[in-house]
Order: sequence, then C-alpha cells, then structure tokens
Amino acid sequence: MENLEIARELERISGVNPRKCMKCGKCSGTCPAYDKMEYHPHQFVSMVETGRIEKLLESESLFTCLSCFACVERCPRGVEPANIIEAVRLMKIRPQNENHLHAEQIPELLDENLPQQAIVSAFRKYKK
Amino acid sequence: MQRIGVFVCWCGSNIAATVDVNAVTETLAKEPGVVYATNYQYMCSESGQNLIKDAIRDQKLTGVVICSCSPRMHEATFRKAAASAGLNPYLVEIANIREQCSWIHKNKEEATEKAIILGRTAIAKVQLNAPLIAGESPVVKRALVIGGGIAGIQTALDIAEAGFEVDIVEKKPTVGGKMTQIDKTFPTLDCSACILTPKMVEVAQNDNIKIYSYSEVEAVKGFVGNFTVSIRKKARYVKEDICTGCGLCTEKCPQKNVPNEFNLGLDTRRAIYIPFAQAVPKVATIDPNYCTKLNTGKCGVCEKICTAGAIDYTQKDEIVEQQYGAIVVATGYNPIKLDNFEEYAYSQSPDVVTSLEFERLMNAAGPTGGVLLRPSDKTHPHTIVFVQCVGSRDVSGCGKPYCSKICCMYTAKHAMLCREKYPDTEVYVFYIDVRTPGKNFDEFYRRAVEEYNVHYIKGMVGKVAPSGGKLKVQASDLLNNEQLHIDADMVVLAAAIEPDKSARPLATMLTASMDTNDFFTEAHPKLRPVESPTAGIYLSGCCQGPKDIPETVSQASACAAKVIGLLAKDKLTCNPCVAHSDELMCNGCSSCANVCPYGAITYVEKEFRQPDRTMLVRRVASVNPAVCQGCGACTVACPSGAMDLFGFSNKQIMAEVDAICK
Repeated sequence: MENLEIARELERISGVNPRKCMKCGKCSGTCPAYDKMEYHPHQFVSMVETGRIEKLLESESLFTCLSCFACVERCPRGVEPANIIEAVRLMKIRPQNENHLHAEQIPELLDENLPQQAIVSAFRKYKK
Repeated sequence: MQRIGVFVCWCGSNIAATVDVNAVTETLAKEPGVVYATNYQYMCSESGQNLIKDAIRDQKLTGVVICSCSPRMHEATFRKAAASAGLNPYLVEIANIREQCSWIHKNKEEATEKAIILGRTAIAKVQLNAPLIAGESPVVKRALVIGGGIAGIQTALDIAEAGFEVDIVEKKPTVGGKMTQIDKTFPTLDCSACILTPKMVEVAQNDNIKIYSYSEVEAVKGFVGNFTVSIRKKARYVKEDICTGCGLCTEKCPQKNVPNEFNLGLDTRRAIYIPFAQAVPKVATIDPNYCTKLNTGKCGVCEKICTAGAIDYTQKDEIVEQQYGAIVVATGYNPIKLDNFEEYAYSQSPDVVTSLEFERLMNAAGPTGGVLLRPSDKTHPHTIVFVQCVGSRDVSGCGKPYCSKICCMYTAKHAMLCREKYPDTEVYVFYIDVRTPGKNFDEFYRRAVEEYNVHYIKGMVGKVAPSGGKLKVQASDLLNNEQLHIDADMVVLAAAIEPDKSARPLATMLTASMDTNDFFTEAHPKLRPVESPTAGIYLSGCCQGPKDIPETVSQASACAAKVIGLLAKDKLTCNPCVAHSDELMCNGCSSCANVCPYGAITYVEKEFRQPDRTMLVRRVASVNPAVCQGCGACTVACPSGAMDLFGFSNKQIMAEVDAICK
C-alpha cells in the first residue's frame, strides 16, 4: 500500500529528500546491523520515496538500527538514511504517546563502561 | 536628428509565445528618435536580414535596435547585415528579449512590459552610439601547447603538419603524460606504450616542434595573435644538449631511496633519473630534493662517471620569453587523493591500490615486471575486488559531483586482464551503474562478464578492513538484497579524476574561465567545444572534462584545426570597443593600471598648457588599443572619470539606467 502523504510528512520530519538517492547501496554495504534487519538502509530510503510506509512501521528493523550513522557518513549523495529511519521511528512512537526511555531513567541505567555514543544512540532511538 | 529603426524578432515561438511582439513594436515606435519599427518571425534569417538592410537604405536609418536573442548569439550577424547596407556596424544595438526575458518569464503581460523596457534601454544607448572603426593586428605564426600528454602531442603534431611552428611546455622531465603509465588500452587491448612512443619520437624529430620539458609557464601577456609567454626552464642540473641518455649515472647514484613517481611510489629510483626507457627527451634529471651533492656539497658520483660531461651542479632556472599567436591548454588530469575515503583502508593497507597503481602492477615495465603481486608480501592475489565510483558522482563534499567517465571501461579492462592472465583469480566488480557508451565499449564490458566470468555486482563496498593478511570487504548486493563479506587479497579503487592542479593558476594567467570543478569552460558546450571563451585560447583533452584516449585524440585534432585556422590568417580584426583616457582629466594616479588584467595601460609624461599660459609636465594614462580587451575595469576604477570605453561610454550606460528607471 502506498501512502505518499505520510511519505512527504516523513521527508518533512527528517529533512531528507529520498529522491537524491542514486541507488548505489553504499549505506547497506556499510551497515553493521544489516543481518539483524528485515529492511535495510537503502530500502528505508526507497520505501519512503515510493510511499510504502506501512510495512516499515510494522517492522522490527526500525529498532535494530544502531544509529551509528555510518550510512550518513558514507553516503555519496548526502541522503542521510539514518535520519530517515529516525523519522520513521518517531512516527511510530509519537502516536502511541509512549517513550521507551525517559530521561529520568538514565542515571540508574547508566553503565560506566557504556560508550557515550551508545547512550546518545539510545536516546535517539527511544526518546521522543 | 537620429533616425532609429527598431526590429522585434519573434524567434518562432521562443519570444512571441511569452512576449506580445506587436505591443512591443507599437510602443517602441513612439520612442523619441524612432522612425521605423517592425517585427518578423525570424530576424536572423536571410529575409529578416533583408528587412533590416532595406529599412536602413529606405528610411536612411542612423541607428538600429534589434530586440532578439542574446548578443552572444547574433550580434555579429546583425552588425554584418548593417555594414552591408552602409551603416557603421557599431550603430547596431541588441536588446536581449529572449534569454533575459521570454525564456525566464511565464506571465505574458510582465514579459511584454520587460521587453519594452529592454528595447527602450537599447534605444537610449543607440542615441549616443558613435561609429567605430575596427583596427587590425598581426598574427604571430607560432603556437604554444601547454602539457605534453597525448592531447598536447596530437595537437602539436597536427599544427606542425600544417607547417606552423609549435612549442610544447611540459612540466615533467619527459613528454607522454598519463598514457605512458597505462598498460593496455580499451577496447582493443593494444599496448599503450606501443602506440604512444612512436608519437613521442615524432614530436621530438619534427622540425616545427620544440619541446620545453621540465618547464612551466610563468606568465602570459598579450592577446589573441600576439601572446608573450614567459617559460621557466627548471634546472635539471644536466646539460640537455650534451647528455646522451646512456643512463650510467642513474645506476651509480648512491641515493637509492627516492619514491619513483613514474610507478606512483610503488618502487624507488635514484636522485638522478630518467623517468623511463622511452622518455623524450631521453635526458637525465637530478632531483634537487634528494641529491646529496646539491644538499650537502659532498658526493659528485654522477659528475665523475659521466663520460659526456653533462652534469652541471651550478645550473639555475632559466626564463625564456617567446611570442605566440595561439595557446593550447592540454594540462590533463590526475586521480583524486583518497584521504576522504578512509572506509576503503587505502592508507592502512598497501594492498588497497588505485586503478592507476594497479595499471603499473600489471605493466611489463612496472615495479613487478608485469607480474601481478600484492604490494605487501609479493604473493599472487587470488581474490580481487574492484570498487567503482570512488569519489565520482559524490555530492557529499568528499569527492567530485561528476562522473569520471573512464572508470567503467578501465575497470572492465583490469578485471578482464586479471582473469585472462591468472584464471585462478576470482574477480569482483562493484558498480552503481555500468556506463559504457562508445564504439565497441559495451561489447567489451559484456565480454568481461560473459566470457571472462568477472563477477559484476550491483552495489557498493561499504568498508574494507585489513585483518590477518586479508582485506575484509563488506558490501551490498542490491539485486539479491544481501550484504556480502568477501575476504580479498587486493582491493582496487577506481578513483575519480580531477583536473591537474596547475590548471587553476594557469587559467588566471590566461584569463580563461573555468567551472566549479576547475575544468576549463568551452566557448559553447556544443558548437565551440575546443575553444575557450577567451580569444586565442584553445582546449585539448581532459582539462576541459573527463575523456578517454580516443575522445582526447579527436578533440586534440579538432583543437589543432581551430589553431591552424587562426594562424593561417595574416591579420585579425581588433575589437574597437576599447578604453581611452581623457588626458585633461587624468591625474596620473595609476588606479586604472593597477586593475587592468591585460597590462594595456602605461603612463607617459606629457606637456600641458595651463590657464596662465605656462607649461606643465604631467603624468597621464595611455591605453594600448591592441592589448585592451574592453573589459571596462579601468573606467570603474578611475576616480576622476577620465577613463571611458568606446561603445560603452559612461554616458551611454547612464542613459540606459535612466531608460530602465523611467
């Protein structure tokens, strides 16, 4: 099912223009969580471009993205796939009005050995 | 009293669809001085031109305004028509109502209004136009070719063939350029050196061609037909006319650890060297950065063993000044630096190489004698991964936004040659698109896939990680929707190509325009592809855009044809729209001379009579009309308003501004 209205809304939230993608697949070539994902970074971009959003919203892939931003770093066209994935996540979380993680929970969950990036990443993924 | 004729062109529907040409004609007919106004479907056609000629004769016109396309397109056409009807061609003005009006507007009412304003502006200017007579300047029958690669060589040979003298300035110690480093050439796989070296020899032996090797262009003055160029002959510390090229010095020099640029640093050479066996001129050169004698004063081995006595440690750079009628730019290209692509581990592993380095590793005259060995441990690689579009088609700022054009074909060539020479190797090519337009090009690529069983995979390599002597390649296979992990022995990166770094400063010297990627701009992208918009400057090869060898050679010959066309003329018509100084107003401040990009302004001491009848010697500006290009920079810089431009006087421009603001 195509939903171009939602697709354009996702473009607005993420600030990403999926039509800039030249389908090189470098994002999926670089993705460290590729095998854990049902839909891969290049598919996210393509599915938002063509409005096939519903499948994305149902997919676990939304939360297996590590937010490592390797795809953003290496995309030769400046498409920023991770930002688009982030926008789909927000679209999933916001209507449910439930955050998986709240700021006040952080201090007790904090592990000294956890890399800073992972904390920021978790915030990006689970916080509104 | 002026008698001005106004001619409004429809340009088919190009203008007429957006601009009400009848309204423009009627309105402009009422302007002061206008005695005749008409419109026509195609003013540039023969009947359109006749319309103008007849009106000039019948109406006794003293000025003509043509509302049509850009003056860049047809100003010359209309001026010629006016001249043939007996009107001075500089009494014709063009109002650009196509590019600057109809093409960029949608609303007909607004576009019509603007067209009327533009027409009125041209009428205001033509009221003040004065007849101008174009002078003539002689043509120096000698051409300069900057860059001695295949483009420069072909252009020089063709110009010399027509009987004109040509100088080639090459910054390296030998001519030949990139083609000397290439092993085989697609799509026929003939040996690059075998087809290039005869041409290099031909250049050296041609009486009309002089090679300035190891030399660079230092300064350019003058204009089309009359350039004065200073060439810096860098000191090679070897007397070029005495050295026999025996090569003994290059074997005995004790400084052995100099990275060999001919093999892209994959092996070493001595401090005194001949780049390769077929170098032209075959003369040794001392590298001043590594020579012990030049740096410490001790050593002198090469001088002792040179039987010809060609070594001269005291040699200095020499500046040669030479006159030319035309200048050809053939500065070529280089692969980009890969600092922005750390994910491919180029700086971490010697087994990740660029395609040009791979070319040397496959070349019989290369560091491995043509046997493909991994640079790290000199073993045969069994799995080779080729990555295309490294830095090409990249708008992220890391690479180049354009397609480098040649990579698809040379990668297919490399992959094919690998499989041909070493059938036990597995070869993967990761591509985004395979672009192989050209005679026998797509067939060539298909042969790599179908006959040589090269694995072409639609997708991109995301990262390369050196690990345990292998290169772990992680990539996407888009058609199978899979992520691939390949343990490769070598990774070959098809790095984007960019114009040589010397091109930008050279463009400044030549006042030739460039695009944002530092490729030289052609005078017209389709119809004048080998000329720069700057008169007398011609473009050959990759300095204008990425090109393969066949295309470079065609362009080089086309460029030569244009140069020959210029050199065959005895005189050129000068542009009469040049600056002149009003000596009574000039205060000798030098502001104009400082901004003049052509060096056309000099100062003279002149005697003037003062109101009290005493004489006073003053310093005043004087413009050389043959050198002035009429850019108008001086007229703006002059604080006293003494500088003015024929055809574009300050008064005329103010009249135009007034007409727009009316």
